[in-house]
Amino acid sequence: MALRLMRTFTLGPATLNAVGRQQHQQQLIHTTPACCEIRKLARLRVVDNSDLGKRAMAEGRPPRCIHVYNKRGVGLIGDKVLVAIKGQMKKGILVGLKQNQRPKQPKFDSNNLVLIDDNGSPLGTRIHVPIPTVLRTILKEKTLAKGADYTKVLAIASRYV
Amino acid sequence: MNLTARVVVNRLAQQCAYKRIVTFSTKPAEHAVPAQDEPKNVEVPPAAPTQTPAVPPTTPRKPIIPANYRFVYPEFLPDPKVEWRNSIREKLERLDMLERRKQIDLPEFYVGSVLAVTSSDPHAAGKTSRFVGICINRDRCGLRARFVLRNVIDHQGMEVVYELYDPTIQKVEVLRLEKRLDDSLFYLRDALPEYSTFDENMEAEPLEEGAPVPVNDIKVVLRPRPWLERWERQNLRGVANIDQYLKDKHRLSSARVQKPWEKYDMMKHYRSTIAEEEQTEIFAEVHTELHTLELQRKRNKRKRTFLKPKHLA
Repeated sequence: MALRLMRTFTLGPATLNAVGRQQHQQQLIHTTPACCEIRKLARLRVVDNSDLGKRAMAEGRPPRCIHVYNKRGVGLIGDKVLVAIKGQMKKGILVGLKQNQRPKQPKFDSNNLVLIDDNGSPLGTRIHVPIPTVLRTILKEKTLAKGADYTKVLAIASRYV
Repeated sequence: MNLTARVVVNRLAQQCAYKRIVTFSTKPAEHAVPAQDEPKNVEVPPAAPTQTPAVPPTTPRKPIIPANYRFVYPEFLPDPKVEWRNSIREKLERLDMLERRKQIDLPEFYVGSVLAVTSSDPHAAGKTSRFVGICINRDRCGLRARFVLRNVIDHQGMEVVYELYDPTIQKVEVLRLEKRLDDSLFYLRDALPEYSTFDENMEAEPLEEGAPVPVNDIKVVLRPRPWLERWERQNLRGVANIDQYLKDKHRLSSARVQKPWEKYDMMKHYRSTIAEEEQTEIFAEVHTELHTLELQRKRNKRKRTFLKPKHLA
């Protein structure tokens, strides 16, 4: 018993040292900033006035992207994404991104999303932030290429930048 | 000893002469080459390399270049990175920039000024789009010079990068000409939104002619962490409440990465700037045209300004 006590006593400083080293290592760990790209499990912000979106944002449980409908897997502006929102799966269109954009195209402070249904018509009736003008061209092209009509999203926009 | 020195000087003179013949059309490079060589061969008497090229250009170049040109036209100075220098390309770019400046009025502005940029936009309804915002950064040199405008519209912060010499830009207006305490204002992204909110229908605030550009010493209030960058490491002067969000670990780590000796590093300073002689060379080239453009702008302004009486008696 006594011996064991002695052992623990002698081990004391060593364990302390180990703890100190661990702390030091924690300081040395390299932490990268948050990834600004829209990939799977990226959190988004719903910017239309749909009931579902408003409730999700008010609860502080923003939707997560669970799939990006393009071949690269990284969502760019005007891309369609599948999101998990309040336990449901919904589709949405990215209307503003945090990541760096080309010259003359706005870069936003948040990753904005407008919820749509399968036909491309939006769930809300109004978008309460500005959306980039490039979206007109992009969504028109996508409407021609795919079957769904995405231009209804443009119709509910309040302002273009 | 004397003889060897003379031989060295001779050889240097030969080199200079050779270089002058080769780079005949590009005068700035001629000066740049001895200037770059100077730190390498310190023991050589500097009289020989400086004398030879200095004599011919001083006699024909009389115009006195204003001292503020390097702040007003920073994009005329090339990138000081030696690997990227190309004197011919720089000269051609300068010509192109002057050509563009004859077509469009690109006013003087600084980081912290409020600008309005009108550019043609094929996607917009009226084929033009106008963006008002505070300039938070200026970077790149020559024709690639860019600036970033930031504004908060409908509670949504947004930034637009513009290239200064982009041919699709129709108009650049300076609504408020002022400077801030820092060289770039990226910390506005983490500040409260009212510090980057500017009215889109803002009127231009005229500044007296010849008055120095005012420095706005506003201190911005940051919002709590998480931030986009480690602002505590950047020695910002325009931030009011950074201490409030710092813990001891942040202070320690920022003290650890500080480099207080860098301000004494003359080589670093030399490599990261364009030498004064070279600046005078460059601005002597473009000075006359820039000056005529400035005069023209003043004349036009006087013609255009009709102050509408606000209150009728």
